Amino acid sequence: MSASTVRGVAPAERRRRRTGSLLGLAAWLCGIAFFLPVAWMVLTSFHSETDAAANPPSVGAGLTLHGYREFFGAGTGISPWPPLINSLTASVASTLLVLALAVPAAYALSIKPVRKWSDVLFFFLSTKMLPLVAGLLPVYLIAQNTRMLDSIWLLVILYTSMNLPIAVWMMRSFLAEVPVEMLEAASIDGAGLPTTLVRIVAPVALPGIAATALISFIFSWNELLFARVLTGIVAGTSPVFLTGFVTSQGLFLAKVCAAATVISLPVLAAGFAAQDKLVQGLSLGAVK
Amino acid sequence: MPTKSVETRDEPGGRSDTRRPSGATRSRGGAGTARRAAGWARRAPLLPALVFLVVVTQLPFVATVVISFTRWNALAPDNKGFAALDNYKAVFTDPAMRSAIWTTVLLTVTVVLVSLVLGLGLALLLDRRFWGRGVVRTMLITPFLVVPVAAALLWKHALYNASYGLINGTLTWVWKLFGSADPPQPDWMTASPLAAVEVSLIWQWTPFMMLILLAGLQSRPADAVEAARVDGASAFDVFRYLTLPHLRRYLELAALLGTVYVVQNFDAVFTITSGGLGTANLPYTIYQTFYQAHDYGRASAQGVVVVVCSLLVATFALRTVSSLLREEVTR
Repeated sequence: MSASTVRGVAPAERRRRRTGSLLGLAAWLCGIAFFLPVAWMVLTSFHSETDAAANPPSVGAGLTLHGYREFFGAGTGISPWPPLINSLTASVASTLLVLALAVPAAYALSIKPVRKWSDVLFFFLSTKMLPLVAGLLPVYLIAQNTRMLDSIWLLVILYTSMNLPIAVWMMRSFLAEVPVEMLEAASIDGAGLPTTLVRIVAPVALPGIAATALISFIFSWNELLFARVLTGIVAGTSPVFLTGFVTSQGLFLAKVCAAATVISLPVLAAGFAAQDKLVQGLSLGAVK
Repeated sequence: MPTKSVETRDEPGGRSDTRRPSGATRSRGGAGTARRAAGWARRAPLLPALVFLVVVTQLPFVATVVISFTRWNALAPDNKGFAALDNYKAVFTDPAMRSAIWTTVLLTVTVVLVSLVLGLGLALLLDRRFWGRGVVRTMLITPFLVVPVAAALLWKHALYNASYGLINGTLTWVWKLFGSADPPQPDWMTASPLAAVEVSLIWQWTPFMMLILLAGLQSRPADAVEAARVDGASAFDVFRYLTLPHLRRYLELAALLGTVYVVQNFDAVFTITSGGLGTANLPYTIYQTFYQAHDYGRASAQGVVVVVCSLLVATFALRTVSSLLREEVTR
């Protein structure tokens, strides 16, 4: 290689490095821009109501837990615990029910597939494409007649049906990874169904179950429309509670931000803990 | 159900084919009953989920169709009866319904396209190594993990609000910096209500698009890109001829899933504008007819119209997914 080409490479390499660090900087700026509203929400939640409503914004104002005390019922005496516990009950119970129904179904669609399994799979997905709101009225009327209105168990059933299609798709894509040769080898060795499930299927299925549970939990926790229409004072969930938190009188920004922060916390924690699982879950297992 | 219209003619190859011979030999020896029993043993784990889903999601739609032909307003319980097509006539001649359809289309297309483009840009930025990549990724995902109602309240009160929102607050601050005491203080939610809803949704959905596209980028074969670079292809050429074709599936998937959720959006419209100023989309309109006007007949007719529209979109969308699935199966 001649000296001239070596000298020619050096500036190009330097230019490449410079674009590289510029792009890194751009990524940081985008990250900060997207994160800013959340940071502002958390900061405002620690401000006093007057500081929160200041214009121009009082970024450096003193911090206080006033907003959080208000959220936990200091001023009004209304405790946020019943809606928080309702949300937790509905999300956890429906997630368990989703898993109990989706795992066997996914098994029947991948490991020992039924005939026309892809038709069945598409039927599951097609139910997800129909707007839930169109079935809301009959559900409401049935609930009214069976005294199920304002019951958390009605939400459990509806959230299960809402998340079941996604869960079946996800679990199937995970179970499809179970190596066929190992299943055949196990059956030749005379392993029974329980042994096969525990030894071969479970190691592949468990991460899938975790991802499915996470997605199901998040969507149930977030749901507003059904909870708003079908529950009242007894079974109201956190999102419903949050919409009732805005008052027409006085300043409320700090306590609304505190409430929004507390109610988002479980989802944020779950999502941060399992970022990679989130991708798999949201793409119905199509993206690994 | 739209499953019928999807091409699933080919019994998927691969795994099921390898098993069928052994099952077939076994049942040829026994009687038809044995084969039927084996079939049911295969189907049994599937049935609870299938029955549950049909009962909870399909039966209500049947009821919706029936109610759509009745004259039934909960506020006038005595005046109830068969209405033939009156509700549908009302729905199709209702300008509010027409504007709701238009709003839904506009909202969905804008949100999905803009967040797809932004998500692609961010995914490309994140696909490179740089200092603090993990932190930036986490910051970018955060909007998606805020509870939708909380996000909507945050945008409405803490950011858009004309007198104390962060946007106008920043304007005041910047104008003060230049010695002006008269900063512009637009009321964002009345000036451009639909855009206000769209921006908050784009903020929440861009991370979702980014995550899927980033997974796509990272599954791109590295040696092909390297070979192209060695051959002197420019960064743009690599993107245009290698990256983009590879990403097609992922773009389709992200757009499809985004559409499924944004079409049904209720939280943002309900919270930010309460459906006012031309932002009422279809879910919000049905909610209003049913929950506030108590017109059960008309709400059901609206629901049926929405379902029919969704089926048309879903058929197209399912075709896309079925091509994804077929690729997976033949892999």
